[in-house]
Amino acid sequence: MGKILMKGNEAIGEAAIRAGCLNYFAYPITPQSEVAEYLSKRLPEVDGVFLQAESEVAVAYMIFGASGAGERVFTTSSSPGISLMCEGLSYVACAECPAVYVNIIRGGPGLGGILPSQADYFQATKGGGHGDYRLIVMAPDTVQEAVEMVMRAFPLAEKYRNPVMILGDGLIGQMMEPVEFPDHLKTEPSNKNDWATTGMDTRKSKTKNIVKSLFLDPAELYKKNIILKEKYDIIKEEEVMYDTYNMDVDYKMLIVSYGTMSRVCSTAIDLMKADGFEVGMLRPQTLFPFPEKEIFAAAQKESVKMLASIEMSMGQMVEDVERSVKGTRPVEWYGKAGGEVPTPEEVIEAVTSMYNKECA
Amino acid sequence: MGKVFQKPEAMSSNHTHYCPGCTHGIIHRLIAEVIDELGIMGNTVGIAPVGCAVLAYNYFECDFQEAAHGRAPAMATGIKRVRPDLTVFTYQGDGDLASIGMGEIIHAANRGEKFTTIFVNNAVYGMTGGQMAPTTMPNQKTSTSPFGRDVESVGMPMKVAELLSALQTPAFITRQTVIKPKYITRTKKSIKKAFEYQLANKCFSLVEVVSTCPTNWGMTSLDAIKWTEETLLPYYELGDKKLPE
Repeated sequence: MGKILMKGNEAIGEAAIRAGCLNYFAYPITPQSEVAEYLSKRLPEVDGVFLQAESEVAVAYMIFGASGAGERVFTTSSSPGISLMCEGLSYVACAECPAVYVNIIRGGPGLGGILPSQADYFQATKGGGHGDYRLIVMAPDTVQEAVEMVMRAFPLAEKYRNPVMILGDGLIGQMMEPVEFPDHLKTEPSNKNDWATTGMDTRKSKTKNIVKSLFLDPAELYKKNIILKEKYDIIKEEEVMYDTYNMDVDYKMLIVSYGTMSRVCSTAIDLMKADGFEVGMLRPQTLFPFPEKEIFAAAQKESVKMLASIEMSMGQMVEDVERSVKGTRPVEWYGKAGGEVPTPEEVIEAVTSMYNKECA
Repeated sequence: MGKVFQKPEAMSSNHTHYCPGCTHGIIHRLIAEVIDELGIMGNTVGIAPVGCAVLAYNYFECDFQEAAHGRAPAMATGIKRVRPDLTVFTYQGDGDLASIGMGEIIHAANRGEKFTTIFVNNAVYGMTGGQMAPTTMPNQKTSTSPFGRDVESVGMPMKVAELLSALQTPAFITRQTVIKPKYITRTKKSIKKAFEYQLANKCFSLVEVVSTCPTNWGMTSLDAIKWTEETLLPYYELGDKKLPE
């Protein structure tokens, strides 16, 4: 199959089907309702399950139930909707159920706006719901990468029995780009009979499976937390993904940026290069696990004077960049929020002035 | 002579944690008997609520999931939609179903989800220590209505079976109780009927069971039965409220 022109939201829906996920529960919210619209037509063609729920709260538990029964399942939403699902995410993470969530972020806080934003970085990477849990978080910068990440998300969720979130923004969801779909992923969730409520007859067992998140004995709950932490530590070691731009030169400054914002930054970097100012960029593709070691290493290059975290938020990822650099280089932030996407010119101005202030 | 009475196979040997005089144990047993009689133990998934029955999975011998407070009907929907061949039931109390989970139960019932809900109504929050529930009776004293439920301030107790029966989607909805043997027999029949409707892929089914909570009512077990008969049953009238057409 060759390339076809497709809207991000629709491509995300199609990618899930091709990843073998035929179960989708969701509630409409701008700017991602096209996923539900697309799948309401497409899933019946493949004998899949499409259900428009009464709320995102209910979606969270439909996902929990379906995943707990061992079936591949996913949902899509946007910021306020994901906030409502965070209760359920905490339960799903504790019960170690694999499920995939797509957040096409819009501007916040509150009802906010409907235009692109990256202001849910903290919510996705630091929790959102209660308790010590982590999501695996991936952030695509193109419609093509959104497709690939959605298809990767399902086996990853099943490998670790952990919820995975794709963090897009309104632009990724709304823009049309050429995409090429990889082959169908025809795997079945592999070890589901070990833990999921597939029915004792189904697995020819006399032992019941229980999917739960209640541990009244503090020693047991502590043990559960240790198990989760050990899993997150493995994920941190094994699953970091990132991309680089203009890092094969002696760059004086390193930008860390992801998603739509990183595309603006790469244009800015090209323009600055033409003016003789070398700036490199490291683009995290996974936000959890965060490419801490890679950013630290990239910052240690002798030519590097400082780093800038450039985001469509008021400074969230910058805390992780600072943490990664461990005080070895100055780290600054530049960004806009609320649906405003910085232009390459604005990025250049911000980057140049912070460089002059910090390093001149 | 053969055995005339034994523990249902679908019930585990664990001792329950329920208080003396509480009727959860009877209701659990009725469900387990029905599961046995229908031969569906290996194909059933139960959903435990948040409330006194949060540990229900310890007392049944079938697969179980445990929901967040009030969300059991959404969870059941998720399971049943992706695995329609499984028999799914939720077991919920009045705080869980009628307060925090009212949205989920109404929409599941209205979609005609093919699962069964056992709704235990004892007019009080049990596990959290006897607070007022949406089903608490007028003037009934609880730990958060120390002067009695003031209907001017918090409204009248909600009649869940009638409320859900007002929906236009076909369903089997009934209210029963287990305070006396004659009622227990009827409740068991209703639970069986509810599961049978599910097995026939016919409709959503809900059995409301008017129940006792001597501990949080501050009564002896016998007084609790008497109070149920004199105060709850005249308001929460027993009987089938809706049958699928």
